[in-house]
Amino acid sequence: MLEINAKGIYYRDLNAMIREAVAKGEKEIVVKGVNGQYYIGDGLVGNSTITIEGVPGNDLAAFMDGPTIRIKGNGQDNICNTMNGGKVIIEGNAGDVLGYGMRGGKLFIRGSVGYRVAIHMKGTKKQSPTIVVGGTAGDFFGEYMAGGVLILLGLDAEDGASLAGDYLGTGMHGGLIYVRGEVDPNLCGAEVGIGEMDDEDRATLKETLTEYCKDMSLSFDDVMKKDFKKLYPASLRPYGNLYAY
Amino acid sequence: MNHDYQKDISGCGLTGLISKKRRRVSGSSIVKSLCLMNDRGNGLGAGYAAYGIYPDFKDFYAFHIMYDDAGVRFSAEEYLKNNYHIEKIEEIPTCPVKAIPISPLLMRYFVSPLKDRLVGDTRPDDFVVSTVMKVNSEIEGAYIFSSGKNMGAFKGVGNPCDIAEFFKIEEYEGWTWTAHTRFPTNTPGWWGGAHPFTLLDWSIVHNGEISSYGINKRYLEMYGYKLTLLTDTEVAAYMLDLLIRRHGLSISMACQALAAPFWKNIDSKETDEAEALTALRQIYGSALLNGPFSILFGHANGLVGINDRIKLRPLVAAAKDDVVYMASEESAIRAICPSPEKVWSPRAGEPVVVELEKK
Repeated sequence: MLEINAKGIYYRDLNAMIREAVAKGEKEIVVKGVNGQYYIGDGLVGNSTITIEGVPGNDLAAFMDGPTIRIKGNGQDNICNTMNGGKVIIEGNAGDVLGYGMRGGKLFIRGSVGYRVAIHMKGTKKQSPTIVVGGTAGDFFGEYMAGGVLILLGLDAEDGASLAGDYLGTGMHGGLIYVRGEVDPNLCGAEVGIGEMDDEDRATLKETLTEYCKDMSLSFDDVMKKDFKKLYPASLRPYGNLYAY
Repeated sequence: MNHDYQKDISGCGLTGLISKKRRRVSGSSIVKSLCLMNDRGNGLGAGYAAYGIYPDFKDFYAFHIMYDDAGVRFSAEEYLKNNYHIEKIEEIPTCPVKAIPISPLLMRYFVSPLKDRLVGDTRPDDFVVSTVMKVNSEIEGAYIFSSGKNMGAFKGVGNPCDIAEFFKIEEYEGWTWTAHTRFPTNTPGWWGGAHPFTLLDWSIVHNGEISSYGINKRYLEMYGYKLTLLTDTEVAAYMLDLLIRRHGLSISMACQALAAPFWKNIDSKETDEAEALTALRQIYGSALLNGPFSILFGHANGLVGINDRIKLRPLVAAAKDDVVYMASEESAIRAICPSPEKVWSPRAGEPVVVELEKK
């Protein structure tokens, strides 16, 4: 195990140290005293585990492909931009534009998130990204979503409170969003369908949330006590005829 | 084509704090907070505003003026002497900084309008606003960049740390602070274009771009404001002066004019509120700030943070004891307050309004 004290270290120097450790085959890295350093884990490959104590700066785990990062505090903005593989676990809250164009791997957040989370997340036949939010989400949750799975739990939300903000799934044309509770149709655009869970959905939830609950030290049974709603793209190709009529 | 280049991806950064109990905090805190976000700017502008820094002259307007050269100073001072009692004239204390080889001449005046100049029902605040507009638009090379009481703005072209060192920010003590590092996108990086933008006690720091600048500018010009600083943020400072001081809107109403709720949200409100919001949008359509922004504005009695209606720029708030912090990044707050009691992300268009406790 390698321990790095990041207090007062400039982000370029800190990231060079982490990169060098990963290149040398270090499997477990603990970075202490982090506050605001940008770009941690960007483009990193392999199967190392990086634990971060503090609040890391923006653009963490962009283009990452393989490693696991656990943040023992809050995250900022733009985490997991275009991430291809690996996992990011955030024990606190996180900011805006998480998982932008994410195409693989997992992002688990224990707390609440800001605006535009999972914007344009996408999947392929070979891989599918997953984001789980334990708290509530701001507006534009899953905007332009093209693939993958997005789960919103609202674990600490008051009864009857909306878990998501406005423009939920606006422009969605792929993937699935699961919300633990009721969904106000007024928050969604016409292109979003709201449906009930089927066996396939339940299997997806069971697999993903079992892992999430283990990572977050939560009781899976407690999390599953409430019913979920499924949001799906009502049309796969909403503009399919735009240039072809 | 060479793809192996280092690109700096940045946006402006802002931070602010307020001690509700009017405890005067050293400038070193806000400098530390802003410098953590150094990379959000590109060295083409940084600045600070502070309230409560001139207790010995608190009843006088504190004019901070930048002059392109000493000749301009003579013309501006002639004008000031004819219209104001000048309690004190001094150079704004600065310290030579290697990274700031050139700077305008920076002077500070503590003044009050001459009684016989306040014709009719002109109030001193109105007179000061007209002076700021006149000097900034008619005396070439002279800019009043701060004109409030017991407050001041300090700004210029440079990185946050260099500008702080240059103006000796750490030597000031204030109960409200705002600060900004700039990444100019559409307009020149010059001394007058750095943030904060101020008028009377209003001070604004802003991240984003106000795409309604033209509409806002023409609207303000109808009320005698002259926009001379070549930067969109200037409209926000003057708009607050117009809406709050001159038209008597409350701070929250003014915020609802600047970041008006969408019509579909107005329609979903109760009748009375919907009617009030409809009226506000109709009357102040030209005050709407369109485009992405997060803004902090300081004033004599408090600090306000506000986002555009769909939160296209970051803003985080935190609180500990009697101090409320707001910044572009949580880490900028934690740099000076490692364990806040509460950290939250303000929602789009919903202002965080913090008032000083009554004296």
